[in-house]
Amino acid sequence: MMIQNSPTLLEVRGLRASINGIEILKGLDLTVKRGEVHAIMGPNGSGKSTFAKVLAGHTAYQVTGGEVLFKGKNLLELAPELRARAGVFLAFQYPIEIPGVGNSQFLRLAYNTVQAERGKDELDPLEFDDLVREKMKLLEMSPEFLQRSVNEGFSGGEKKRNEILQMALLEPSLAMLDETDSGLDIDALRVVSQGVNHLANKDNAIVLVTHYQRLLNYIVPDYVHVMSAGRIIRTGGKELALELEERGYDWIEAEAAGALA
Amino acid sequence: MSNSSTLATDAGIFERLLAGLTLPPGSAAPSQPDWLKTLRSQALEHVSGLTLPSTHDEAWRFTPLAKFSSPSFQPLRAPSPLQADDIAHLTLPEATTRLVFVDGLYAPQLSSASLQAGLVLGNLAGLTSAQASTLEAHLGQHASFQDTLFTAVNTAFLQDAAVLVVPRDSALAAPVHVLFISTQPGVASHPRLLLVAGAASQLTVIEDYVALHAGSYFTNAVAEVVLQANAQVTQVRLQRESTQAFHMASCAVSLGTASRYQSVSISLGAQISRLDLSARHTAEGAQCTLNGLALISGEQLADTHSFIDHAKPHGTSRQLHKCIVGGTAQAVFNGQVMVRPGAQQTDSAQSSRNLLLSKQAQVNTQPQLEIFADDVKCTHGATVGQLDSDEMFYLQSRGLSEGVARNLLTYAFGAEIINHIPVASLRQQLEQTVLEQTTGQP
Repeated sequence: MMIQNSPTLLEVRGLRASINGIEILKGLDLTVKRGEVHAIMGPNGSGKSTFAKVLAGHTAYQVTGGEVLFKGKNLLELAPELRARAGVFLAFQYPIEIPGVGNSQFLRLAYNTVQAERGKDELDPLEFDDLVREKMKLLEMSPEFLQRSVNEGFSGGEKKRNEILQMALLEPSLAMLDETDSGLDIDALRVVSQGVNHLANKDNAIVLVTHYQRLLNYIVPDYVHVMSAGRIIRTGGKELALELEERGYDWIEAEAAGALA
Repeated sequence: MSNSSTLATDAGIFERLLAGLTLPPGSAAPSQPDWLKTLRSQALEHVSGLTLPSTHDEAWRFTPLAKFSSPSFQPLRAPSPLQADDIAHLTLPEATTRLVFVDGLYAPQLSSASLQAGLVLGNLAGLTSAQASTLEAHLGQHASFQDTLFTAVNTAFLQDAAVLVVPRDSALAAPVHVLFISTQPGVASHPRLLLVAGAASQLTVIEDYVALHAGSYFTNAVAEVVLQANAQVTQVRLQRESTQAFHMASCAVSLGTASRYQSVSISLGAQISRLDLSARHTAEGAQCTLNGLALISGEQLADTHSFIDHAKPHGTSRQLHKCIVGGTAQAVFNGQVMVRPGAQQTDSAQSSRNLLLSKQAQVNTQPQLEIFADDVKCTHGATVGQLDSDEMFYLQSRGLSEGVARNLLTYAFGAEIINHIPVASLRQQLEQTVLEQTTGQP
């Protein structure tokens, strides 16, 4: 939802980032206000996932230029855990499995860490159990997933639900969903999307990184951005996604190249 | 250090070891049966023909014993009068039978032996001569002392032993806890365990080495485990000595027809620890599962040498050995799997996985497969790594600090082994230990 005069949540200016000496982001600009849903689309290798990971603070990437303001503060100087506590959340494209660490234990640890940062009460295991079961209903997840190790032996769809469950618990101001739709069947896509829509409100913002227009039928974006070669080369409304679905990315990349020339 | 000075020091420790062969006062010299006296004198002969291993010996390449040579260890002079309260924190509620040895001496006031007809859970010196005579076929027959100095010394010292004999077809519902406690620095002790599981019997035993002080001492342990046909034994071996201790141990397992042996060996303590674990398939269709975890830091060294001997067909072996190494510590794993001629349809899988927590930490891992049969399935693999940066990032991106994330992943790595321990209270104790020990690693 777009809201008149909503405050800016995220301001990205001229962001450049590399991995192993190869520049992936080449001057990316993006402004996200509270209450908005943004979709970032683009061909493989355009830097979409890199952008999400850089915002979350993945240490494999070096930021070589530009700035990122989150709630008016420099996000780039914060360690990943401090970004998370400040309200940045990344739903991973490939959530990792951690055999030996109980999902319930992990979720409560993360929840209490973020609660403590916000000056709110931490929950003991019993209180937390009530809360997490409530949130799991939203995602149609069986409580059985609490007893298992983090993501261990989860199907692709179960892992993605577990990601959105974490989002529901941590209540971030900025949620970035990195290809959350990939590998989901139609039922799982519906459930996950409903969960995300339920969590969206006027104070937070959602950035969807996706390959396919399909997800945007369920989570309707206010803005669609097209990334190419490490920059956003076109921004439009939700109808842009439909046009991309029909015509692909070549024409838009050609236009952008022409505009530069 | 030059070779000549190494030799001189070796001779010193060696003489001290031999000097320790006298009996400690307070332990009345048990009247040992002739066969045991013979066994001990044979072992003593071998002791005088053997030398302390050096890094020139292939089996000790990565485990220098220079530090072991410097301190002087004495036999126990005066037994410690421990009471039940002193060891309350070490007891396991699940284990209703407990055999306790303090600085090598049997402590009946802390133990609950059971010496019924057939079933023997007690100490060698406390057995009737009829009960003891049944042990002749096993004691000293599986743990070879012919070319192994520490086993030879243990056998030459043999005054007493923890003895478990389970008659055929009987299943012990509760685990047996054999607790070897060190209470005095400077003491050398030579714990011995003999377990004979009769045909189709079932048993879980916890072999536990622990200290009530933080000083230096020497534990020289030997265990022999015999599984007769269709027997099932689970053995948890817990080495939680003081971090100044020296722990040399061997465990020889003999597997009868279609028997099943599972072990979980945990090494946490000692400045130098060594475990030689052998499992011999002496008959067809036996299965063994050897799981191990060494969790060490500081300047510790933990060495595990295992030998799985598939001498007969249709045997199965599974082995997962893990090391978590911090500080400047060193872990060694050498896993030999032998498939002898004719041991067809052998199915063996071995994996060595290692986690280095610091730049100075080291692991030397060497799987060693020797196959002399053509219809077998054998796999092995080894990995050495640090914590995965993607895993760290995942946890940090959920708000967990770098330290907490590191501890959680390290804990998870070790928990995979600890989860195999079938005794809940011990599992919880160890999980806590792993959590505490992995906190504050550089």
